[in-house]
Amino acid sequence: MKLELRGITKSFGPLVANDHIDLVIEPGQVHALLGENGAGKSTLMNVLFGLYQADSGAILLDDEERTFRGPGDALAAGIGMVHQHFMLVPVFTVAENVMLGHEDVKAGGFLDLEAARKRVRELSSRFGFGLDPDAVVEDLPVGVQQRVEIVKALARDAEVLILDEPTAVLTPQETDELIEIMRQLKAAGTSIVFITHKLREVKAVSDVITVIRRGAVVGTAEPTASETELASLMVGRAVSLGLDKAPAQPGEETFVVRDLTVLAPNGQAVVDHVSFSVAQGEILAVAGVQGNGQTELTEAILGLLPSAEGSIALDGKELRGLSPDAALDAGIGFVPEDRKVDGLVLDFSVAENLVLDLYDKPPYARGIALNLPEIRRNAEHRITEFDIRTQGPGQEVGRLSGGNQQKVVLARELSRPLKLFIASQPTRGVDVGSIEFLHRRIVAERDNGTPVIIVSTELDEVVELADRIAVMYRGRIVGFAPPTTSREVLGLMMAGVPYDEAMAQVSDQPAATDPLHQTGTTGTPGTTDQTDTTGASQ
Amino acid sequence: MTDQQPVPPATGEPAPEAPSAAAPAGEARWAATFREITTGPFGVTVLAFVLALVIGGLLIIVTDPDVTETASYLFARPADFFGAAWSAVSDAYSAMFRGAVFNYEAPTFARGIRSLTETMTVSTPLIIAALGVAVGFRAGLFNIGAQGQVIIGAAIGGYVGFAWNLPPVLHLLLALLGGVLAGGFWAGIAGFLKARTGAHEVIVTIMLNYVALYLVAWFLTTSAFTRPGSNQPKSPGVKDTAQLPLLLGDQFRLNAGFLVAILAAVFVWWLMSRSTWGFRFRAVGSNQQAARTAGMKVASSFVLVMVVSGALAGLAGAVQILGTEKALTGGIAGSIGFDAITVALLGRSKPLGIFFAGLLYAGLNVGGRAMEASTGTSINIVLVIQSLVVLFIAAPPLVRAIFRLPAPHPVVVKGASA
Repeated sequence: MKLELRGITKSFGPLVANDHIDLVIEPGQVHALLGENGAGKSTLMNVLFGLYQADSGAILLDDEERTFRGPGDALAAGIGMVHQHFMLVPVFTVAENVMLGHEDVKAGGFLDLEAARKRVRELSSRFGFGLDPDAVVEDLPVGVQQRVEIVKALARDAEVLILDEPTAVLTPQETDELIEIMRQLKAAGTSIVFITHKLREVKAVSDVITVIRRGAVVGTAEPTASETELASLMVGRAVSLGLDKAPAQPGEETFVVRDLTVLAPNGQAVVDHVSFSVAQGEILAVAGVQGNGQTELTEAILGLLPSAEGSIALDGKELRGLSPDAALDAGIGFVPEDRKVDGLVLDFSVAENLVLDLYDKPPYARGIALNLPEIRRNAEHRITEFDIRTQGPGQEVGRLSGGNQQKVVLARELSRPLKLFIASQPTRGVDVGSIEFLHRRIVAERDNGTPVIIVSTELDEVVELADRIAVMYRGRIVGFAPPTTSREVLGLMMAGVPYDEAMAQVSDQPAATDPLHQTGTTGTPGTTDQTDTTGASQ
Repeated sequence: MTDQQPVPPATGEPAPEAPSAAAPAGEARWAATFREITTGPFGVTVLAFVLALVIGGLLIIVTDPDVTETASYLFARPADFFGAAWSAVSDAYSAMFRGAVFNYEAPTFARGIRSLTETMTVSTPLIIAALGVAVGFRAGLFNIGAQGQVIIGAAIGGYVGFAWNLPPVLHLLLALLGGVLAGGFWAGIAGFLKARTGAHEVIVTIMLNYVALYLVAWFLTTSAFTRPGSNQPKSPGVKDTAQLPLLLGDQFRLNAGFLVAILAAVFVWWLMSRSTWGFRFRAVGSNQQAARTAGMKVASSFVLVMVVSGALAGLAGAVQILGTEKALTGGIAGSIGFDAITVALLGRSKPLGIFFAGLLYAGLNVGGRAMEASTGTSINIVLVIQSLVVLFIAAPPLVRAIFRLPAPHPVVVKGASA
C-alpha cells in the first residue's frame, strides 16, 4: 500500500506543529522520520493515525483520498501505530491484549480467546518474535512488550506500521533485535514509518530519510549520508558529533569506593563488592546493560540506600551511612537516571526546580523565609548559562522538552562547587543539539578538577565521555578499559567477559562490519555465537 | 496528563532485579488525581457551584406542593406550572440570600446586615480548620481528622479559658495557644506514625476522631471540666478575660475570631509560598522521590505537615469556644472538621480561595436555615447542594464535559515533552 501525505498543516494556537508537510511512503519501504524532540514528528503521525484532525492537507492511500476521524478509521485502513509509551493492559495476557478492541466472539457471546492465541502464535513464529500468547504483559521485559504492540498492529492486517521513537526505551541489544524485526517486516511487504532522533539507527535500517525541523520538511537524505550531515540537517546548524576534549589531567584519587555491597529485598546482591576510585579531573564512565546494578551504585553513593555495606570515602571522609542531605552537603552533585521521577518536581517552576536541593541554604533562604528575588535571579542566570529554552523562570518544568528539563537538572547540580559529580544517563531522551551541549558541560566540570562518574547504557556516550571505562555486569565490575577499546570488546564485557579475555577473543576475529552491532549480527560465525550468549544472559 | 505516567522501567531480562525500579504507575496516577482534585483550576469550582444550584432548584421544584399541584394540569395550563416553579425557586433562593447576606426586607440596616455578620461568624472556624486541611493537601497528605483536632483544640483551649485566672490579653493568647498545641499534638500522632511505620494518615486520623470525641465526652464527666455541683456534661463558661471580643457590639455575634481567621489565611499563604517549610511541603506533596533525591527529609516532613495542619484545626476549635460557644460541650465541634474538608476542596487549597469558600459554605448553612423558616423548603436541599458541589469538584472532567470546556492540558498521546 502506498501512503501519501500532502500539505498537512496542523497548529495548536500560535504554534504551527506541522507546516505543509509532504511525505510519500512506498510499499515495503522503511521511511525514517528524523527530527529533534518537538520538531513535529509525533504530531504528524497523530494526524495520520486519526488522533488529530489536520487543519489542511490530505491523506492518500493508493492515490485515493481518505479522512480518518479516529484511530479506528486508521486501523481499518491498514495503518498501525506503536506508541512510545505502550498502550497495553498490564494485567492482561499477550493474546488478550492483541484481541483488545476487536474481540472475536463465539456462539453465546463468549470470547474466542483461542483464535487470538492462534493468531499470536502464527505471527510470532513467522517473524521469530518468540511470544507466549498466555504470558501476562506486565511480567515481560520492555523489548518484548514492544513486540506485543507490533503483533497487535499486524493482527489487524496493518500494511503501514508507524513506530514512534521505538528505541527510546530499549537496551542496545533490544534495539538490535528490533532492527532485525523491522528488516523482516519490510521483507514481508509492510511499510514502516520509523520516527527517531537517533542517527545510527536511521542509517542502519532506513531506505529513505525525511528530516523535519520546526514543523517543516527540511530535506531528504540517503541512508549513506554521514551522521554529521544528518545531524546538521536536523539541528539546522553544523554539529560536531565527536567531542574533542583535551586529555584528562588526573590528580589525586579523592573518591574511593571499597567493597560496596547493596542487597535487594530478596537478599540478592544488586551491587556486589564493588571497588573503584576516581581521580580529580577524571571521568569514569560506568557501562553496562540496564539493570546490572549501576542505578543502585549511584543511589548508594548518595545515601538513598541506607542498607548499603562497605566504604564510600570522599576526601578521606566516610559517606556511607549519611543521608542524601549530608551527602549533598559533602559536595556531591547528583543527576538521577530518571529526571521526571527523581530529578524534578514537574509542577514546580523552572526557578523552583533550579534550587530544589539548595532552597534552604543562603542566599536562597534567610532563616525559614525564601529569598524569592535571589531564586529568580539564579534562575535567570542559569537559563542564560545553560541555554534553557523556556518562557521564563516561572514556567512549569513539566511543560519543557526533555532536553530542556535535563538542562535544568544539570544546571542545578553544576551550579555550586563540587567535590564529586555523578550523572546517570545524562542525555537519555535528549535531542542531538542538547547532547552536545550537556557533554561539554560535563567535560568542563572535569576540567575544573572534579572527579566525575557517568553511568550510561549508550556505548556512544560512554566512549565519548570516558577517560576510563568500568563495565558492570550482575552487580560486579567486570573490569576497567581505556576509552579507545573497541565496541566489540566492550560488548563482550557487558555480557560478563573480563577485559583480557574479551581482547583475546576479538583479536582472533576479523572486525565486525556493521557499525550498529557491537557484537555484530552480520559478523563472523565466532562473533555471532557471542551474540547468543549475550542475549541469553541478560 | 499523559506525561506524568512514568516510562516503564527498561530493565534487562533476569539480571538482578532493581529494588527501586518498581514505581507503580497506579500510584503516580492517584497522586496526579489527588492534586487535580485538591488544587485544580478555579473556573471549575465556580461552575460546579452553579450546576449544584441548578440541580438544587430542580429539587425545590419537584418537592414544592404548589408546583406538584399545577403539574397535574400541566398540559391544560402550562403557564401555571412554570409560574409556580419559578416562584418556588426564586422564593427559596431569595430567602436564602436574605438569610445569608442581606435582609432587604428588614426595617433597619443593622437588622438587615445581621445576616452577613452571622455568616461571617459561622465561617470563622470553617476557614481556619480548612486552612489546616489545605496545608495537608498541598503536601500530599489527607488529614481527614480535622474534626478530632477541632474537638481537642476546643477542649484544651476552653480549659485554659475557664479554669485559669490570668490578666485579659495574656489569658486569651494562652487559651488560643493551648488549642493550637493540642490540635498540633493530636495530628502529630498521625504524622509520627506515618513517618515511623508507614501507617496511612487517613486511617489513623479517622480513628483519632473517635478517640477525641469520646475522650472529651469523658472529660465532661470529670470534676475538672464540669460546673461545680452539676453533673450536666457542660463545662463552666469561659472567663471574660479569655473571650474573643465582639467586633460590632452586643447586637451581633461576630467576634475577633474572624480577624484570627484572616491572620491565619495570611500566615498559611506565607508559609506555603514564601517559606522554606512550604517549599519542602509542596515538593514532598508533588514528587516524594525527587524531594528525597534532593536531600529533603520526607519522613520528618510528614510529621511537620500534620502538626501544622492539626495546629490550625486546633486553633479553629479554640476560636469556636472562646468566641462563639463560650462553654465546652460534647457537640462543640458540630461538623466543623468535616465541613472544613469540603471548604478546603472548594477553595482549591489556596488561602484566598478558602476564605471565600468558607464564607460561601457558611452562607449556605445560615441562609438555608432562613429559607426553611420562611418558605418551608427543607434545609436538606442545602445539604444536597453542598454535597453536589463537592461531587462536581471531585469530577472536573464531568463539569468540563457539561460546559464543553477544553481540557487543562492538550491531550497529547506521546507526552508533553514532544
